[in-house]
Amino acid sequence: MRTSAWVKFLVLLVAFAMLAAACGDGEADGGTSGGESCDIADLNLVTPGVLTVATGDPAFPPWVGTADGDGFDDPTSKLGFEAGVVYAIAAELGFADADVAWVRTGFNEAIAPGPKTWDFNLQQYSITADREEIVDFSNPYYVTRQALVLYPDSPYVGATSTDDLKDAILGAAIGTTSLDFVENVIKPDTLPNVYDENVDLEAAMNAGQIDGLVVDLPAAYYITAVQVEGAIIAGQFEAAAAAPDEYGLLFADGNSLVACVNEALKEMKDSGKLQELEDTYLTQGGGIPIISG
Amino acid sequence: MTDPVEERVRGPRLLGPPRNPRAREEGARGALIAVISTLVFLAIAVSVILTSEAWPAVQRQFFNPEKIAEAFPAIARGFWLDIRLFLLAEVLILIISLVIAMARSLRGPAFFPIRALAITFIDLIRGIPIILLILLLGFGVPALQLPGVPNSAIFWGLTALITSYSAYTAEVYRAGIDSVHESQRMSARSLGLTQIQALRYVIVPQAIRNVIPALLNGFVSLQKDVALVFVLGIREGVREADIFAARTFNYSGYVTATFLFLLVSVPVARFTDWYTDRDRRRKQAVSN
Repeated sequence: MRTSAWVKFLVLLVAFAMLAAACGDGEADGGTSGGESCDIADLNLVTPGVLTVATGDPAFPPWVGTADGDGFDDPTSKLGFEAGVVYAIAAELGFADADVAWVRTGFNEAIAPGPKTWDFNLQQYSITADREEIVDFSNPYYVTRQALVLYPDSPYVGATSTDDLKDAILGAAIGTTSLDFVENVIKPDTLPNVYDENVDLEAAMNAGQIDGLVVDLPAAYYITAVQVEGAIIAGQFEAAAAAPDEYGLLFADGNSLVACVNEALKEMKDSGKLQELEDTYLTQGGGIPIISG
Repeated sequence: MTDPVEERVRGPRLLGPPRNPRAREEGARGALIAVISTLVFLAIAVSVILTSEAWPAVQRQFFNPEKIAEAFPAIARGFWLDIRLFLLAEVLILIISLVIAMARSLRGPAFFPIRALAITFIDLIRGIPIILLILLLGFGVPALQLPGVPNSAIFWGLTALITSYSAYTAEVYRAGIDSVHESQRMSARSLGLTQIQALRYVIVPQAIRNVIPALLNGFVSLQKDVALVFVLGIREGVREADIFAARTFNYSGYVTATFLFLLVSVPVARFTDWYTDRDRRRKQAVSN
């Protein structure tokens, strides 16, 4: 039996090699086909006649609900920037408010292969080329800047350039462009710590394990107002010209719905509706010092 | 029974149950059957996977050689941290848990407080999910800002792992201590050894030998559980794979991490089997 056990092991190895060899082919298929009708009856929907939208669990203000706590984690309240955008898109496409259904997914769960239970997903997904190989994004619905959150007694308050932050231990949330920004633009000597949720960032800051955290500007407002008592926004980073941080709606790869939603977004931009939502929910960076690249 | 001397010279085997003469005779035919059935099984499994409609998507997202390689440096760096944490934790766990187990095994009313303390520790710690213990110690203790207490996430993550695993391992040791026949303890005591001397020189050496497979089992388990310190923001191997997946929406980094973990845990598992086998063989040799 000794021989056979070894042979089994070898055969397994060969099988793995075969699997690996099979990994050479198979390329992404093309995107959407243009020129299709955007009538509700013609849309590619998971439930006909209903726009099924996914968001985070829980979904935080100012994206869903307001910073004052109205409509917290309740997208059907239509409060919050992303909730507002969804209902505006639905209206452009001709859906009644009642025909918008919400489901919840984790950030990573949304990108697993396989059939989706939603038409599109929005929870501040940044559009990047890597990600576009796996999923489709709409045109951006928001462009943000990165901001630095510190305690007022931190030695890094008053930083004017990313060079001032080289020896800082920074934290960022996983999957965000904030993390990429810290690693690729600030490039601190110590790799930034990475957390699942903004809540953990707060705990780490309280525990003195990180000097500060980098998040997008709207989240920084919410964190300093609600989550981390006494913290301040020490600065906003000059957007790296090469990589503006744009949020897009996430669709399954090749979903023909993207074209119609992009049209709706364009309408909203032209009519000023998108700007209006931004002004309502997302405080702009006036009065916050700029940290240059 | 095979000649124990011959067995000892040739050493025990690396895979499979102990050899017997009939199996040796049928070895060639058995191996052939095993090869054929394994090949058929694998061919079916592989063809079902490769012909499935979703395979190209899965392959692109999980088995993308380019991405597997791209993710490798960061994951390897994180995995190296895992290995160092694991080795340091394991050494401390083996020592601390033995002390706890010995404390729990002391007899007599005078030692009641020590026994009670050991039992309380084991009950409490084993009742707390390890991830909660890591979060509580890792974020909670430093937030108290006590003077002189370190606030490093790695320090507290490691402390939580050691605490939790010591409680489990103490029970493994205790099972070993209980497995040593009572007459051993009594003989030692009648020779004039104190309780602690009897444990130290008579009971524990026999006990450890009895539970080495169970200890090695915990070894394998800890080697993977060290990854849990990621909740404190520490960038160990699995976390780096997570970060890669969240950044690129590609899970191939998980394959990289899986490969690295297997690289360590499979040899440990083989070693465990080999050791157990050798130990049994030696005992049989002695009883012969």
